[in-house]
Amino acid sequence: MSAPHRDLPPLVDYVVVPLANLTVAFLISGLVVLAIGENPLEAVAIMLRGALGYAEGVGFTLYYTTGFVFTGLSVAVAFHAGLFNIGAEGQATLGGLGVALVCLAFDGAPWWLVAPFAMAAAALFGAAWAFVPAWLQARRGSHIVITTIMFNYLAATLMVWLLVEVLGQPGSMSPETKTFEPATRLPFLRDFLTPWGIDLGQSPVNPMVFIAALAAVFVWLLVWRTKFGFELRTVGQNPVAAVYAGVDPGAVVVAAMLISGGLAGLMAVNEVMGVQHRLLLEFVAGAGFVGIAVALMGRSHPFGVVLSAALFGILYQGGAELAFEKPAISRDMIVVIQALVILFAGALEHMFRPALGRIFARVETTGGGA
Amino acid sequence: MSDPAMIVDLLAPVVGSGIRLSVPLLFACLAGLWSERSGVVDIGLEGKMLAAAFAAGAGAAAFHSPWAGLVAGIVVSVALALVHGFAAINQRGNQIVSGVAINFLAAGLTVLLGQVWYGQGGRTPQLANSERFLGLDLGSLGLDPSSALGRIWSDVISGHNALTWCAFLAVPITWVVLWRTRFGLRLRAVGDNPHAVDTAGVSVAGLRYRAVIVCGILCGFAGAYLAVAQSAGFVRDMTAGKGFIALAALVFSKWKPLNALGACLLFGMLDAVAIRLQGTPLPGLGTVPVQVFQALPYALTVVLLAGFIGRSIPPKASGIPYTKDR
Repeated sequence: MSAPHRDLPPLVDYVVVPLANLTVAFLISGLVVLAIGENPLEAVAIMLRGALGYAEGVGFTLYYTTGFVFTGLSVAVAFHAGLFNIGAEGQATLGGLGVALVCLAFDGAPWWLVAPFAMAAAALFGAAWAFVPAWLQARRGSHIVITTIMFNYLAATLMVWLLVEVLGQPGSMSPETKTFEPATRLPFLRDFLTPWGIDLGQSPVNPMVFIAALAAVFVWLLVWRTKFGFELRTVGQNPVAAVYAGVDPGAVVVAAMLISGGLAGLMAVNEVMGVQHRLLLEFVAGAGFVGIAVALMGRSHPFGVVLSAALFGILYQGGAELAFEKPAISRDMIVVIQALVILFAGALEHMFRPALGRIFARVETTGGGA
Repeated sequence: MSDPAMIVDLLAPVVGSGIRLSVPLLFACLAGLWSERSGVVDIGLEGKMLAAAFAAGAGAAAFHSPWAGLVAGIVVSVALALVHGFAAINQRGNQIVSGVAINFLAAGLTVLLGQVWYGQGGRTPQLANSERFLGLDLGSLGLDPSSALGRIWSDVISGHNALTWCAFLAVPITWVVLWRTRFGLRLRAVGDNPHAVDTAGVSVAGLRYRAVIVCGILCGFAGAYLAVAQSAGFVRDMTAGKGFIALAALVFSKWKPLNALGACLLFGMLDAVAIRLQGTPLPGLGTVPVQVFQALPYALTVVLLAGFIGRSIPPKASGIPYTKDR
């Protein structure tokens, strides 16, 4: 990411290069589909129709998008401070614990009363899980990538223990809490929209989709319109310069990770209070890692994060439909596409820059001469 | 419990199982050591191991030979290692991101292809005994099999398969090559101070590529061990986080081969003890939840990283792409 490269105009930098990377990732995904013996164009058509072609599909797409916006923003905020938060998965898991504890404590109370507390608990628990790696990075120099990986596994084992031994229901074999009362669950948007003639079918999209949009606005304001955001970006780009500017990089690192963990934790409200209505193992289901892809593709900008979260929402919902219609292309295809997006939009992000830069320079000179 | 024979009876099988569980960790940990000593951070050990396990399972089933499985595992693992190398060395991309991508690629492709080829939910075909690496019987050495020494011999030392011996052999080989040869000195130098190596007229990229390839070979062994020696075929998500425990062991070992052996044996033993103690009360402690043992490798690594029990400092230039000054 620090590779020295010639400056390109913003249009090329923010639109053309990511699109080129994405195109290559999708082309290779198409080759994989071809290798399986299916028609890639047909697969794309099924995916788009499944994700966007009818109201229920759109509902599912929005539901997936909601979770990815939170984890994407979480990773993006950490990126701005120069940190790689690979622990959104674990932070979201802990966020789920917070949500479940609040919902079980106020079980039966109306959802609009419980929701603010559930969100606060989710953010708090997620932030708490990010605190130790953050503090260790800031004060002891322990590499945050390794510590957050370790904390993902610690969260997973903690969850198994809690759900099997502490929170699980007596007499039940499955490691999950009791189901919340209907009054305490977040309502589905489908219940509001049916009277208006919009049939969202069984899609689980809920009011958290609006909170996700607000979170994106919040992150934009925080990063580009506050003093803290300035400090955050300064530390991310040059911690030494930050010290000379009177900024304590350690404090900024800890604050950034707390915000990052809190955003990851909020993802759990969508899942636990909105969809599953109980705490169960592995409800995060990789959304924390999808957040990495989302943040990379969205260039850590909230607007980009929302766009790429929507793209991944389409991929997930479309992929589910695809697996249904073409059993040969199982849902694991999405994981492959995700991997290729991370590879080309992330690790190989500079691969096409020199070539695109040359093309652009030629266009510019001929354009200037005319 | 005071009877030594009883203690041996109790411990020998656990130690033996701990050794078997530490083998994939040891391969993967040494793989990470080679890569990171040369300055290329690799969190894609898990993915390479998983892909190698799948390839080994498929290869052994196709050619009816464990050796074909091993070769297939190594080839696939090295191919992924080269992708990582290309991203990290040529493209100067973010090495963490590249590792994450490789983990996902392996997780997705193994199940996808497994389903298409074999239609068993991502499994490869069940391997016959002749298609696997089985335990090598070293005889009884004339020891009475019921005596304490005899039990230690039969449960702990004898009966391991060829790959287990390879893993333990890889430790001294790694040490000798990296610490006692010119190539090793240069390889470690490139992880600490690539500019100095470059100034001496040695190719930084060349050395790093060689390290990354060795990393791929060792991950290939780790995967083959899982699918062709420990089990009789590949199952989905077979590595189950072992690549990350290996990464923890690498941090724990302070990037040194002999320490890596110790760390992997420790983590393997913890795993074996957790399996053995499932639901069994300990004297004075009561029943310890299995999760405590499962969490220990991660917790210990965090404590070590925090510098509360010694300090673990990675090679200086690891994770930093090398740019020639112009």
